[in-house]
Amino acid sequence: MSHYAFTFQGEILHALASGALFWPKQNLFCVSDLHFGKAQRYATQGGSTLPPYDTLDTLTRLSDDISNTMARTVICLGDSFDRVGASDDMDDQAHDWITRLQAGRDWLWIEGNHDPGPIGLGGIHLANHTVGSISFRHITDQRTRGEISGHYHPKVSLKLSKRNVSKRCFIVDEDRIIMPAFGTYTGGLSVLSEPLVSIMKRNSTCILTGLQALPIPRPNAT
Amino acid sequence: MRALNPQIDAWFTKQGWSIHPHQQDMLDRAQDPATLLIAPTGGGKTIAGFLPTLNELANGDHQGLHTLYVSPLKALAADIKRNLRRPVEDMGLPIRIEDRTGDTSATRRKRQRADPPHILLTTPESLALLVSYEDAPRMFKGLKRIVVDEIHALAESKRGDQLMLALSAIQVLCPDLHRVGLSATVEDPDAIAHYLAKHPDPCDIVHADPGPDPDISMLQIAEPPPWAGAGANYSIPAVLEQIKAHKTTLIFHNTRAQAEIYFHNLWLANEDSLPIGIHHGSLDRVQRERVEAAMVRGDLRAIVCTGSLDLGIDWGDVDLVIQIGAPKNVKRLVQRIGRANHRYNAPSKALLVPANRMEVVECVAALHAVKKHDLDGDPRGAGPLDVMCQHILIRACAGPIDPDTLYPEIKSVGTYSDLTRAAFDDCFDFCATGGYALRAYDKWKRLMQRPDGLWILRDPRSSQRIRMNIGTIQDTDTLKVRMKGSRGRKPLGEVEENFAASLTPGDTFLIGGQIVRYERLREMTVEVTRRADKKPKVATFSGTKFATSTQLSQRILRMFQQDSWPELPAHTADWLTLQRGSSTLPRPGRLLIESFPHDDRSHTVVYGFAGRNAQQTLGLLLSKRMEELGYDPLGFVATDYATLFWGLKPVADPDALMNTETLEHGLEQWLAGNALIKRTFRASATIAGLIERNLPSQRKNGRQATFSSDILYDTLHKYDPDHLLLRITKQEALRGLVDFGRIRDMLDRTSGRIDFVTLKRVSPLAAPMFLEMGRVPIKGAGEERLLAAETAALMDAAGLG
Repeated sequence: MSHYAFTFQGEILHALASGALFWPKQNLFCVSDLHFGKAQRYATQGGSTLPPYDTLDTLTRLSDDISNTMARTVICLGDSFDRVGASDDMDDQAHDWITRLQAGRDWLWIEGNHDPGPIGLGGIHLANHTVGSISFRHITDQRTRGEISGHYHPKVSLKLSKRNVSKRCFIVDEDRIIMPAFGTYTGGLSVLSEPLVSIMKRNSTCILTGLQALPIPRPNAT
Repeated sequence: MRALNPQIDAWFTKQGWSIHPHQQDMLDRAQDPATLLIAPTGGGKTIAGFLPTLNELANGDHQGLHTLYVSPLKALAADIKRNLRRPVEDMGLPIRIEDRTGDTSATRRKRQRADPPHILLTTPESLALLVSYEDAPRMFKGLKRIVVDEIHALAESKRGDQLMLALSAIQVLCPDLHRVGLSATVEDPDAIAHYLAKHPDPCDIVHADPGPDPDISMLQIAEPPPWAGAGANYSIPAVLEQIKAHKTTLIFHNTRAQAEIYFHNLWLANEDSLPIGIHHGSLDRVQRERVEAAMVRGDLRAIVCTGSLDLGIDWGDVDLVIQIGAPKNVKRLVQRIGRANHRYNAPSKALLVPANRMEVVECVAALHAVKKHDLDGDPRGAGPLDVMCQHILIRACAGPIDPDTLYPEIKSVGTYSDLTRAAFDDCFDFCATGGYALRAYDKWKRLMQRPDGLWILRDPRSSQRIRMNIGTIQDTDTLKVRMKGSRGRKPLGEVEENFAASLTPGDTFLIGGQIVRYERLREMTVEVTRRADKKPKVATFSGTKFATSTQLSQRILRMFQQDSWPELPAHTADWLTLQRGSSTLPRPGRLLIESFPHDDRSHTVVYGFAGRNAQQTLGLLLSKRMEELGYDPLGFVATDYATLFWGLKPVADPDALMNTETLEHGLEQWLAGNALIKRTFRASATIAGLIERNLPSQRKNGRQATFSSDILYDTLHKYDPDHLLLRITKQEALRGLVDFGRIRDMLDRTSGRIDFVTLKRVSPLAAPMFLEMGRVPIKGAGEERLLAAETAALMDAAGLG
């Protein structure tokens, strides 16, 4: 699977083209902002009825990644569900699918701002989690170092001869990694927008996702 | 004969006017359910449309709204308000006239709903919004007449479909509504009448005296036009001479970018400092209004403009129209010529300026067509379903709806008269539940059925969202352009977001005739500074590229069959003779394909004469086919007449290449992911209410407020390929940007009769194509390769590689 390997806090990590992160030494797989049930939340609030296949599509990609990496530990870095109660509205098929994925692995749900309460699925629920020198939480805590978080859905635009290409991306500096959103219907925040610009150091790297995982230096904010 | 009210009659007498026969005709037909008036510009069309209204309102008895006037332009509504109020005041009639557009203040709009004027002048979008309010029945109570101005322009667009759907709702509230359409000269008046009338009501057509034929010719210029390009810079000295010789000249261009460049170059050569202005749709409203006002005062000698001046605002004393670039479409040319000389019964004067050698042929063909009154136009087909979906939601905003009564109501709209119940039900289901194969929203329907059988919005909050998204104009996301440090002052205009994203600080471009330097993007505004450079980087901001019409293309093909071309300038006739000698000229009913080597590459030209968009699509489809057949294509470029391909191996089997079935199949595959298709989908999905418009207030915070339509398209394609919106997208792809319908027509027309010519070198007809802009590299895995190379270069440059 296409990935970009880099060193963070002395550990080798793989940024996968799918937008997930893999830590081979720990056999640990991490995704952020799955936003299960987003289309449905939109409909409940009087918005339009978007194609209701986002949960299915997100699960399909998640499942492919997990079986490819054969990870022992899975961390979902918050906002796994688009709202409190979304897990109850999930259809049986999706419910069973998650249960199957959880079999034989440690599965950690980190709390996010969209899904703070406990949810009716297996796995362990935590506010944050630390493995060795690296901590995992949903929203970055700028006082910590060696931290992996999500929440902002970073994306970056690149000029290719005559066209602009916009991709979801990881953004990485020596202290922290902010992960792209994994959910099918998630939008993005430009890495050149606040607060991402202030959070990340000037010399940070963006790792583009899509068909390939490709690193670029973060473009300069104008 | 119906008599005029004495006050109106007296006013006519005082002006020394007598009523035109077509005006009397319109008065006599005041009680007909629908009447279409076809009259040239300056034929007293507006007065003819309003006479019955003034007559009925003269005694002051009518309470509330009496007549709705709808025009495609806000400016036109404002213009008519001025031009109607003056005579009404002179006549001393007790008639209140107001306009209501996107520019009307909220307080005034509110007051208009509580206390409507006698005559309300509005646009299709504002009218649709009125129909969406719960108090619509009170607002439209007593409405007698509706006047649709510039109906020929509306009938060609989804805005016009939306208008007629809104009228079908109003007609239910006011059963004896009389409809009047005012049209410029068109090729098929019956189609417009069918569009206007409540189906199956009759609609008589009144023809005003068309006036004398226009005085139209090609501008004589000593220097021959260039082989390719669209700039027509060679014409500037000759055009300046014409401006000097006339009072006011309108100089029409086909795109905004061309208008900007031409205006810039015109001023560089304008040694006498003749007052010349520019007017196009990307300029800020205030700036446009300044130009319009200067024009009405007669302060300007010339205005460089685009389609934004196509419609009937009265611009005063224009005595010459110049069309730069081939007119592409005879009907539009005739309507543009009509802009000159607003006096009835005086011939309009117009000059054509071809921008390149091929356009010389097209201009001459267009002149023939104008003389023969042979106008062109493509029948529009059935009413679009995305607009109907929006209408269903609009109706649900106004109150409970019943599909069993809504269906016949929509069928009473001419363009929807063939609508099947199944198609209607599909759209209704889409509005209610999204219409997915996976029934996920039965709990969260958008529309739900009450116990009494009527349907209402489940969540009242959604009516607000639906109203905010009313309209069918596809706003390519635009950004305001502003001088740095001028916050709070008026912006210069707008550019497309894509164009803005392609700029780097220091780049220069033209806007409103000024060269500006891009400084930065700040809060979704492009900040610029003034520059005095001679050569700007060209602004490629929007402006539709029209495709040459089928009829005009066929005329050119017929011209090619002549033995000689005495009507063409020698340089162009020689060029065609040379082509006939060294290859062959394309023929009607056959398809010419040339193959020749050039610069170590194999070249293939397909002369489809199908118009720019279709030739572009043909380029995309054929390059895929060439890849399959092992010709290793590398790129292509398309014009209105042909597509030129280059690659590593020569085409050996043209029949295999042009096979209709494989091309149709190619389109199917292509539907999976092409950017044009996704743009088409986005337009329809926005109109149908699946995605919301990117409202400026939401875009400010940088976070995407709306869903990426590309992701929705991919998701639907993967999980619900038969969904209504994908079917609509496929239908739309037959026209517009993709224009597959014209490829299909071309293939039907030539049905395998291919003239395949193998040459040793570039043919005369193909040569100009090597100079064309807009070469498309063939992708395949190309974009990913480019991306990898570009990212590696960036890492290298940063010392990280």
